[in-house]
Amino acid sequence: MGNDPSYTNQKFKVIGSRVKRPDGIDKVTGRAKYGADYNAPGQLVGLFLRSPHAHARIVKISTSRAEKLSGVKAIITCDDLPDLTNGDAAARDILENCMARGRALYDGHAVAAVAAVDAKTAKKALKLIKVTYEVLPHVTDVDEAIKPDAPVIHQDMYTNGVEPRPSKPSNLYNVAEFGHGDVEAGFAEADVIVEKSYKTEQTHQGYIEPHACVASVNSDGTGELWVTTQGHFTYRSVCATLLGMDIAKLKVTSSEIGGGFGGKTHVWIEPVALALSRKANRPVKAVMSREEVFRASGPTSSTSIDVKIGAKKDGTITAAFAALRYQGGAFRGAIPGMPWAMIGAMTSFACYNLANVKSVGYDVVVNRPKVAAYRAPSAPMVAFAVESTMDMVAKELGIEPLDFRIKNCAREGTRACYGPVYGPIGIGATLDAVKKHPHMRARLKKNQGRGMACGFWFNFGGQTCTDLNIAIDGTVTLTVGTIDVGGSRASLALIAAEELGIPYEQVRANIADTGSLGHNDTTEGSRGTFSSGMAAIFAARQAIEVLRQRAAIMWNIPVEDVAWEAGQARASKHHKLKPLSLAEIAAAAPTTGGPIAGHNESVPDNAGVSFASHICDVEVDPETGGTRVIRYTVVQDAGKAIHPTYVEGQMQGGAAQGIGWALNEEYIYGKDGRLQNPGFLDYRIPVCSDLPFIDTQILEIPNPNHPYGVRGVGETSIVPPLAAIGNAISNAVGVRMNHVPMSPPRILKALEGLDAS
Amino acid sequence: MPDEPVPVVRVSFISSFRPALGGVDALEIEATTLRELMRKLVQDYPRLQRHLDEGVALAVNGEIYRDNWDVEIRDGTEVYLMPRIQGG
Repeated sequence: MGNDPSYTNQKFKVIGSRVKRPDGIDKVTGRAKYGADYNAPGQLVGLFLRSPHAHARIVKISTSRAEKLSGVKAIITCDDLPDLTNGDAAARDILENCMARGRALYDGHAVAAVAAVDAKTAKKALKLIKVTYEVLPHVTDVDEAIKPDAPVIHQDMYTNGVEPRPSKPSNLYNVAEFGHGDVEAGFAEADVIVEKSYKTEQTHQGYIEPHACVASVNSDGTGELWVTTQGHFTYRSVCATLLGMDIAKLKVTSSEIGGGFGGKTHVWIEPVALALSRKANRPVKAVMSREEVFRASGPTSSTSIDVKIGAKKDGTITAAFAALRYQGGAFRGAIPGMPWAMIGAMTSFACYNLANVKSVGYDVVVNRPKVAAYRAPSAPMVAFAVESTMDMVAKELGIEPLDFRIKNCAREGTRACYGPVYGPIGIGATLDAVKKHPHMRARLKKNQGRGMACGFWFNFGGQTCTDLNIAIDGTVTLTVGTIDVGGSRASLALIAAEELGIPYEQVRANIADTGSLGHNDTTEGSRGTFSSGMAAIFAARQAIEVLRQRAAIMWNIPVEDVAWEAGQARASKHHKLKPLSLAEIAAAAPTTGGPIAGHNESVPDNAGVSFASHICDVEVDPETGGTRVIRYTVVQDAGKAIHPTYVEGQMQGGAAQGIGWALNEEYIYGKDGRLQNPGFLDYRIPVCSDLPFIDTQILEIPNPNHPYGVRGVGETSIVPPLAAIGNAISNAVGVRMNHVPMSPPRILKALEGLDAS
Repeated sequence: MPDEPVPVVRVSFISSFRPALGGVDALEIEATTLRELMRKLVQDYPRLQRHLDEGVALAVNGEIYRDNWDVEIRDGTEVYLMPRIQGG
């Protein structure tokens, strides 16, 4: 339905305008309240004691000296968090990750927590807790972890997804295979075959705001949690489950969020803060340090990937294969049925129309923190491997890499590598736009190179609940339950204004706490504006029905005679009746039936898959190996852009994070299994001066499953940068990088190898 | 009026689900909605319940549904049972 005129030709009044965001002033003036800005009367300071070992049996924890310290109000260990998960493996993993149970599984794993009257006392108490460890063999590298002599982290872990079931436990948690056709026959048909292995190191989402919360549990079993999160309803359910609380008795209020990118879809310190509060009978504030964020929240997987692609001389790909090994930390994935390599395998060749394709995902556990989602989780790493190999095949064939991709790109009717047949999709349109883009014709200088790459992400909808209330003066409150991670309040207010036919400034969008609205799924999967936008449309349409009824009462005419047009009730059959504005109807509400509101609860699935194609120019310094991105362009099929500035912002943000991942960011573990660089000095995310202006081109290919054609936007553009930069480096200095980050030492080493050969 | 024939749906499975289905990679099932389809699948293959508990998604003619199982399906519809993917 990509060019269906009923979608592409929709006329909007306010949708598509670049209005000011409602949270903008608060954020630039420092008034906005983030997780650490909340305080409660009588609150205590919660701090964590963390394992210094990558893998160790906890022989004994002695808290007696710390408990005697004046000012200490509560100390908890796993003994204070009994297992109430009733066989739910995912919940059990979360519980164990929040507080070690018998074994510390990674450097930074929490083993105890303290609540004290101030930070100084709490720190002193941590030092008085004595933990006796028996250090166990560890493994932190994904390839090392699946060698036969690797220490087995979980003695009850037998590989899923293979028949027959293995007779021995191992660190290989799951094997998942996707594809169709006959890859061996396909490779036999090929004139050119390129095979290459790649590694990508572990990265962190790098959100500026650390995890922070204030937890308060009362003796009557009720509780409150103020927290920075991408999903306060999910936090409520998970925390209540782990602590044996009634879900409805725990109220979770979300703060403004200083970045999440998937890392705030999971709980870390929050259940423990609630447990401390319950034990101390006082509110407890817990804020992670940056070091704790790196060591003990949820970075993305490090990976090891093999790719093989075969093609005929005319450029037709005959077969493609990928083997993906992803580590998920010491646990089985965020959801046991959805481990990370499996997702990577699904996205691997999603951009292409392939008759013979096979991707196998191997999910591996290692002694590292529990991996969390990171913006299009698992897709950037395999895109790096596949898109690098695509360029190599094109070079072997003597075909422009862009033309090679255009020839093989997926289209409507293509069977995706992960199984289903695509409906209308936009990868071809993004490639066509790249071909026409002036960036592709700009001249390059010595040591400069241009690369391009494609990327794919699924996008999701999910459970959504929204209220729209009209105040007595005709202003409108839109209450949503999806956290605003990238400007969605502005977009959702635009949608409500569009439906009601009123100015944007007349609508205020708020995020409700969990006690004020039905369940909303977490803001993940690029769903915020898609899902709450859909719910806002239907809530507004319900409110319009009420407005028509009230106008009919005011006019004393049948409601069927009342139409809602341009923000007014009109009675075209009754010429003497002047239109009634929303404000006039609202003012009369007390005597025409009371408050005027609309509501919607729904599951708006079908957020529409999304594709992006990126162009990147780099300059490599052959003396230092340093790489500078000098020009960058993102082209993405984004569906209808409700607020183009925030769509562009998402596209730029994804690219910026991808650039950091490609060039610098890396978890570095020592031989002792300890993280060597848990801070922004040694783990270097890009700052403004590292980045060029990131140009964007939005392709508004509508999603036919949304009334305005909206599709998910926020994740896809982190997928191509790793490969686009790798391809650009190859074109700049002639070395094919197969290890991310492509940091100066690695590039120098590759250049030295080139010189030597 | 004669009764409408119940649509026949082809359901395909990713490799991880196949052990629960006796090794098959696809089945044809009569169903009018995704809910009915899933009910019949679990009835015939109880081991599939574990995967449902862990989370699944359904691609219906290429469009992905995670939670909305009221979707009506027609004769010849292709359904693909996949893991429930999480985003960031």
